[in-house]
Amino acid sequence: MSTDGIIIKGSRDGLVVTLGSGAWHNALADFEARLTASPEFFKGARVGLNVGPRRLTEIDARAARDLLVRYDVILWAIISADEETQHVAAMLGMDAAVPQRETKTRPVEAPVPTPPPPQPEHSSSDEVELGLVVRRTLRSGQSLRHTGSVAVVGDVNPGAEIVAGGDVVVWGKLRGTVHAGAMGDEAAIVCALDLAPTQLRIAQHIARSPEDRRRKPVPEVARVRSGKIVAESWEAK
Amino acid sequence: MTARVITITSGKGGVGKTTTTANVGVALALLGKRVVCLDGDIGLRNLDVVLGLENRIVYDLVDVIEGRCKLRQAMIKDKRLSELYLLPASQKRDKSAVRPDDLKKLCEDLRPDHDYILIDSAAGIEEGFRTAIAPADEVVIVTNPEVSAVRDADRVVGLVEAAEKGPARLIVNRLKPGLVQRGDMLDTSDVLDILAIDLIGIVPEDETVLISTNRGNPAAFDEKSRAGLAFRNIARRITGEDVPFQTFREETGLFGRFSRLLRRDGRTA
Ligand SMILES: Nc1ncnc2c1ncn2[C@@H]1O[C@H](COP(=O)(O)OP(=O)(O)O)[C@@H](O)[C@H]1O
Ligand SMILES: [Mg+2]
Repeated sequence: MSTDGIIIKGSRDGLVVTLGSGAWHNALADFEARLTASPEFFKGARVGLNVGPRRLTEIDARAARDLLVRYDVILWAIISADEETQHVAAMLGMDAAVPQRETKTRPVEAPVPTPPPPQPEHSSSDEVELGLVVRRTLRSGQSLRHTGSVAVVGDVNPGAEIVAGGDVVVWGKLRGTVHAGAMGDEAAIVCALDLAPTQLRIAQHIARSPEDRRRKPVPEVARVRSGKIVAESWEAK
Repeated sequence: MTARVITITSGKGGVGKTTTTANVGVALALLGKRVVCLDGDIGLRNLDVVLGLENRIVYDLVDVIEGRCKLRQAMIKDKRLSELYLLPASQKRDKSAVRPDDLKKLCEDLRPDHDYILIDSAAGIEEGFRTAIAPADEVVIVTNPEVSAVRDADRVVGLVEAAEKGPARLIVNRLKPGLVQRGDMLDTSDVLDILAIDLIGIVPEDETVLISTNRGNPAAFDEKSRAGLAFRNIARRITGEDVPFQTFREETGLFGRFSRLLRRDGRTA
């Protein structure tokens, strides 16, 4: 864990951010430091804040929401063990819990997206973030955000989006928008069996696919070389 | 014997859900099935018009749910087919008047006496979609072969999956074979390439649809209508029959592509 005690996990409804212990204002300030450190990763995200046993007033909740909006982040839930806080969340039109639908109803299949297992206590930085494996097709309007690397076994359709702190591997057709190394890692890569994203980003670099729709798909890997994103055939390596 | 409930939906509006519901309903009834076409597009009622039964409406779905009449009183028997019924939507009310559980209950009441209940629904991004798929045993998604319609259809495929009503099956409506040949319209294989769900029908663009809609006499009755034939084939596929996909006259070689795709999905054309 990092020193601020913040844990970030992906869920079907967006990111779930568990704040560290300590006073509310400090915990929120720590999260703001994260937002400032990786604005690209959080931009456009839906975030649920897990505030633990804290009791938030309506003013606190509104302030958190307004703070997040400044980073283009939507606060969709305030998750709290405290009933009054749950009530505040509901009054502001937010959820007060993470819906559990998939894990409950389909126990045999891996729940998607699978939340990463808790990190071992001794790990000292965010870089040892574990990977997330998603075994389904991401369809238009669906978005996946994860601080570590992401593997999709399925397609990423036009209109779908993946934002990952690490690498993105797609065992299928990649046609949506993907951002690898979204927290600034230029060494991140994106690979797919058919690499034809609407837009591909690695760290701060942006590329679009050429429009030759009728090419024969080959597995490719995209990476940053001398300040530019280049796609190379996997075979030719 | 209990009815199969099939909800017909789409990503965006105007792609042919109501046309499909009316025509497949007629075609199933022509096969001797006992069919109810239920207008689940509350507030945007028009299934009755397409079926030519508008002038017979006394009670509607909301009247049944709110207990102002008995279910049987609201059901309108078709004037041509004795086993085809329409359950009309309310014109006036907002969509929140019908909740998912209301529609489930209604379908439970209808199931014993029918073979198929077809629900014409709102588009997937609209309110009312959740209600319309709640009682469904199966969801059929209608799309046009256009990039934006397919994008929206994809979103609905995802919503249907999330609601655990998947996998949905697909109807590609208003295909213009000439345009496809010239590369100016998405081919069915392009659509399936993105959506990756099973195809249950391809309906060509056909002016007999418009004419028959205006007369309240669905094209499925018309022996000579190409769209009518496509809808009759869809009905047969719904009953489990293995019907080859049509070739439309302008399209050489298109049939080969369809059958290849279908085989890849484990279904032969
Ligand atoms: N295969 C077709 N060929 C020609 N016109 C069609 C076809 N399918 C639908 N239409 C027309 O498209 C319009 C919209 O269809 P409708 O069934 O009302 O769509 P929805 O219920 O999805 O909003 C109608 O005017 C209808 O007559
Ligand atoms: Mg309609």
